[in-house]
Amino acid sequence: MIRSEVIKSLIPVISDQLVVCNIGLPSQELHMMDDQPSNFYMLGTMGLSSSIGLGLALAQKEKVIAIDGDGSVLTNLGTLPTIGNNEAPNFILLIIDNGSYGSTGDQPTYAGKKTKLADVARACGCDNVVECKAEEAPETMRKALESDQGTVIVCSCESGNIKVPVIELDPVVIRHRFMTEVEKRNAARGQA
Amino acid sequence: MSVNDRIVADLIKNRIEFVTSVPCKQLAGVIDKIDKAPEIHHVPCNKEDEGMGLCAGAYMGGKRAAIVMQNTALGVTLNTLATLTQFYRMPLPMLISYRGEIGEPVACQVEMAVHTKALLDQMLIPTYHFHREEDADELDAILNHSFMARKPVAILTDAAFWKGY
Repeated sequence: MIRSEVIKSLIPVISDQLVVCNIGLPSQELHMMDDQPSNFYMLGTMGLSSSIGLGLALAQKEKVIAIDGDGSVLTNLGTLPTIGNNEAPNFILLIIDNGSYGSTGDQPTYAGKKTKLADVARACGCDNVVECKAEEAPETMRKALESDQGTVIVCSCESGNIKVPVIELDPVVIRHRFMTEVEKRNAARGQA
Repeated sequence: MSVNDRIVADLIKNRIEFVTSVPCKQLAGVIDKIDKAPEIHHVPCNKEDEGMGLCAGAYMGGKRAAIVMQNTALGVTLNTLATLTQFYRMPLPMLISYRGEIGEPVACQVEMAVHTKALLDQMLIPTYHFHREEDADELDAILNHSFMARKPVAILTDAAFWKGY
């Protein structure tokens, strides 16, 4: 399985969740397959999906899934100690590890060589790190959502891409509809 | 009231509930006060662009956010300021120690000081330079301005403002 197939298989599990999605092809794939107001698409700023997701999780009560890649996490490796040291039981970081920089032409990353991101995450203080194979992604995500524990999932898959259109939504529109959705869900939670 | 207390009081007055920081010697006192303020969730970060990502997330989660950092790190944040904070039109007060100004004992700090205002100007970021303690009187209005305009603003605080190094 390649990343787009992993994202496709996750849709039944994550469609109704707040999702911060990584720059480039991952956001374009999620947007093409399951555009939702609960999705925040990154149009730029490589590496910050996990940071945006953590900030969002710390600021409000709803669960947050940040979809990231091995290359992006390597770009912002300082994110893992911050995640490990700031408890957010409502935060799930999904690192889809295809061992390559997919959006730029599948150049190999060090995560595809000797560097093991799950071990890095554990060493950085992340308590709940789960490794899974591509086909196990939906079940692993379902369990993480049910656990009410902050979780880092490192999901291994094959390198490769499908053709996807760029996202033409205006960034302010993406941000506004996402914030409206976050606010609505937290307000409903307050009334429940 | 000490200048550090005044700064933190203005953050709280402007309902800033989330602050991230990378330390600087000049900012040690204010970071300590922020960390102790029960109204503010302080999340230290490892790099300033990472911190701006945290702030973007916190803002979208309904919490006003700010970053405390040193001017020497401005360069590593330019892409984030352009493609996240500005592109998505988010507010972000940046309380920045302006190292390398008069009174600076470390020559190397001057090398980024000479680029600091030019970079902020190039990024079209409203910039305010605190040199005397009374310059902090404007902080409340500057913070309000950032949230009104949904833009990053830079508050440069130099060695004279902090009464020395």
